Amino acid sequence: MSDRLTRDDVAKVAELARLVLTDAELDTYTDQLGAVLDHAADVAALDLADVPPTAHPLPLVNVLRDDVVAPCLDRDEVLAQAPAVEDGRFRVPAILGEEP
Amino acid sequence: MTTVENLTHEPVEGEHFTITSDTTGDTWEIVVGLEVHCELATATKLFCSCPNVFGDEPNTNVCPVCLGLPGSLPVLNRNVVELAMRLGRALHCRVEPSVFARKNYFYPDMPKDYQVSQYDQPINVDGWLDLPDGTRVGIERAHIEEDTGKNTHAGGSGRIHGADYSLVDYNRAGVPLVEIVGRPHIRHPEQAKAYIDELRAILLATGASDAKMEEGSLRVDANVSVRRVGDAALGRRCEIKNLNSLRSLGRAIEYEARRQVDLLESGEVVKQETRHWDEGAGRTRPGRSKEEAEDYRYFQEPDLVPLDPGAEWIAAVDEAMPALPAQRRTALAEAAGVEPTATAVVVAVQRDLDELALTAIAAGGDGGRVLLHVEHNLAVEGARSLDPTHFAQLVTMEVEGKLTATQAKTVLSDMVESGKAPDVIAAERGFEAMDTSELEGIVDGIIAESPDEWADFCTGDEKRRGKLQGFFVGKVMKATRGQADGKAVNAILESRRLAAG
Amino acid sequence: MADLPTTAVDIAAAVRAGEVSAAEVLDAHLAAIDAREGEINAFNLVLADEARAAAAAVDARVAAGEDPGPLAGVPLALKDNLCTRGVPTTCSSRILEGWRPPYDATVVQRVAAAGAVAVGKTNLDEFAMGSSTENSAFGPTRNPRDPERVPGGSSGGSAAAVAAGFAPISLGSDTGGSIRQPAALCGVVGVKPTYGLVSRYGLVAFASSLDQIGPFSTTVADAALLLEAVAGHDPLDSTSIDAPAPSLLDQLDRGVQGLRIGLVTELMGEGIAPDVAARVRQAADALAAAGAEIGEVSVPAASYGLSAYYLIAPAEASSNLARYDGVRYGLRVDAPTTAEMNAATRTAGFGVEVKRRIMLGTYALSAGYYDAYYGKALKVRTLIVRDFEAAYERFDLLLSPTSPTTAFRFGEKVDDPLAMYLNDVCTIPTNLAGHPAMSVPFGAGADGMPVGVQLLAPALGEATMFRAAAAVEAAAPSLEEAWS
Repeated sequence: MSDRLTRDDVAKVAELARLVLTDAELDTYTDQLGAVLDHAADVAALDLADVPPTAHPLPLVNVLRDDVVAPCLDRDEVLAQAPAVEDGRFRVPAILGEEP
Repeated sequence: MTTVENLTHEPVEGEHFTITSDTTGDTWEIVVGLEVHCELATATKLFCSCPNVFGDEPNTNVCPVCLGLPGSLPVLNRNVVELAMRLGRALHCRVEPSVFARKNYFYPDMPKDYQVSQYDQPINVDGWLDLPDGTRVGIERAHIEEDTGKNTHAGGSGRIHGADYSLVDYNRAGVPLVEIVGRPHIRHPEQAKAYIDELRAILLATGASDAKMEEGSLRVDANVSVRRVGDAALGRRCEIKNLNSLRSLGRAIEYEARRQVDLLESGEVVKQETRHWDEGAGRTRPGRSKEEAEDYRYFQEPDLVPLDPGAEWIAAVDEAMPALPAQRRTALAEAAGVEPTATAVVVAVQRDLDELALTAIAAGGDGGRVLLHVEHNLAVEGARSLDPTHFAQLVTMEVEGKLTATQAKTVLSDMVESGKAPDVIAAERGFEAMDTSELEGIVDGIIAESPDEWADFCTGDEKRRGKLQGFFVGKVMKATRGQADGKAVNAILESRRLAAG
Repeated sequence: MADLPTTAVDIAAAVRAGEVSAAEVLDAHLAAIDAREGEINAFNLVLADEARAAAAAVDARVAAGEDPGPLAGVPLALKDNLCTRGVPTTCSSRILEGWRPPYDATVVQRVAAAGAVAVGKTNLDEFAMGSSTENSAFGPTRNPRDPERVPGGSSGGSAAAVAAGFAPISLGSDTGGSIRQPAALCGVVGVKPTYGLVSRYGLVAFASSLDQIGPFSTTVADAALLLEAVAGHDPLDSTSIDAPAPSLLDQLDRGVQGLRIGLVTELMGEGIAPDVAARVRQAADALAAAGAEIGEVSVPAASYGLSAYYLIAPAEASSNLARYDGVRYGLRVDAPTTAEMNAATRTAGFGVEVKRRIMLGTYALSAGYYDAYYGKALKVRTLIVRDFEAAYERFDLLLSPTSPTTAFRFGEKVDDPLAMYLNDVCTIPTNLAGHPAMSVPFGAGADGMPVGVQLLAPALGEATMFRAAAAVEAAAPSLEEAWS
């Protein structure tokens, strides 16, 4: 079990989530998130070694569909909603990093 | 990505690619593990009914699901499961119940900014691939995941660095992939290429993929490390990306291995990183280095339910499995009485001529000669439609001495073109059997015609004899219109010379 | 207006019989909207023109002798996180302001095919995260019973629209109580169906393993009618139960004779306002009088539900909301690089509560913390499922308050996340288990504001649940009846 959430933790998490926080916000969120996690400490303290996780409430398995083509969206309708378009493609600013 | 540690199959001791250091005299070996992504040859994408097609106008094969629009949901394509299982079983994997997981990271070619993949419960585990040279390469897993869209970089150099902006096409987003993770059992750049060749043959045989590196339906990343020969521990590895051809794969592995040896010998460490192969410069370059490894925050995909194909489906896949290259090599090798690693066998299967060869051998053709022809004389259009019985006949005629090797080659070529039987062709061309006494008669005649040269031949030194041999053989060939068997002529000349001496 | 039917059941019957036109029914409701919408702010968008066209189409079908559907001419409001083709769907967020989906949600298609007339897109807490609708980027919705108080959330707009008479029925979504709690606070009926009973295709996702779409109405019968129209298998949703819609309307008058109903101990004590608890006991007495066997049952894991929920839901949400990156639709705040553009867009486009939950969820999933938080929460979920299973061996239904308190005042809790999260303590366990539950109005609390009682059923237990709901409804004191 880890210690209480730190300001650094929140800063790292904000970066992972592509959010920019001011210093004041960083402090506020650290407090508030810390409080929620403290409350969740009751869960973290339980010994559930023998309990399997339930990722999903439904007992469904093997939901499959046939490999048959269906109509696509109209490209114009799709691109009409885009913030920036060029040559039938979505335009974005310079990408610095590579695909992980 | 699980770390590469536990070698459950030690590779066969073979010819390693070793680098001997000039400075220290140490001998180093390369350790390579390949990660291959194959696009599956389905009609529609992994989670939606958009066409799975290469080369269409940008953003015309998209829908709410593969665009990741708010509110959209994935539904798994049955044929993806079928093909993934075929591929897995062809690689001797166990098919297990599996789930999908989200791999979370931001990148503009990812419509949802997470990729649906498989993480700790993949569909295919613990298989292997036998290479033609006999090496067994372990397969850790082969799991299902979705492909991303494509970025093109505009402005600047056209490469990502220095680009002003980028343009994104989502036609490829959601195309089904199987990622095959090979264990680090490869020790040689040629082995790596052989692995890819073999894998490609399997993908084509099972219909799982059209496996074209140039179209991106087969993508290879190489994990390369080095260690001193005899060391048990693995060195730190680098992942090499941007390998667009087999040639690049081989060159990149060799370059990277030498780079690492140089580093380690000068007392430095190999930094574990992703590197890119620069084909033009012939070297690898570091990718954009990150302070920490990306945290993908994997968790089970809540919009999908688990997948459990069951024993019946697996059995059906096994039943329908076509003959795979390794099996074909074994079958041909057994029939011909040679090792499955023999070049002729490997080549025969690669050229899809093994069935022809098997039938010809079954029809009585000598295995060795059949294979020889397949290897050297049948790399031609139409060879596959050669009549195997005729082929067997031809080989038998050869073995019985009715045709010389040269004649057989000619007849064979004619057979492929015309479809006629070998005896018919031999007759047409006048390739009659020349029996020994006839040939002796002709040789004696030639000897009688050139008494001075004959005297010289009998008494001269080795060098002189060699030259004159050519003279006599040439004359015999002319007299027999090339139908004499060179070996037989030499034997007769030699016996006459000895008799004269 | 006095002559016109007011419930969905009555409107549909009258329109189908040709007694009344869809157009006049619509006009009456548009007038109601005109009169009070300025005060209530239930809608992000009123669709007057589209509604008129839809009503006309229904009337034309009736005139042509064609079947106009089971919801013929019934005005209906849609929570603004349901995709409506060509019509802005904002999720009450700046980041989707003006976005027009190129497709309809399955439930939107189904209600249209049933002849319903969509009158507008209702306000919600941004991306369905909240319990008061104070987290909307477009201003709060006010409780029609008392405009100084919240309507609850996150489906505050859909609840208020029905409570204010803007539409007899509406659709909302429920992830941790977001239909039931506002229903209770506004004094209307609200139902969260069994997980998988109603298609989520086209519902903008908050927490995928918890979200469900469900009806608001003024009567139990109307909720049954609407749920029948939208429920049933959808091949576009892999988590959709492979079964047709259940038959519910014909269950309503079966009564509760012999039904075993258990009051949930953990949800009747500390943390529940005394007047609310009293109303629940009153409802229990009424059910007993109607022939049900009332008992008490403990669902111990329910007390861990809040913690588990506030790890699981934000975790899924952090992933579901990653797609809002300024690339393909919605808000974009420009920057020199894509990564900076993503960050600038999301920072400007998301409100405080959404950011809070995204960060909480990202943290709960991150390397080193997964096992302690998210991983543990999934195990707590198993305990909750088991506890409910045990409870349903002894009882057919469970009973509890829907909300710990009646509607609170604006600003009272919005700055204290934990206090706000406690609003969901009664409703969350059923989302975690995937079970159905519904809130039925049962008189007023000490402050004169509505109280709702919650009925809980095992998975696919809607028929039994609706039977009991009808009995509760029949015995419910009116709002005007003073508290004693």
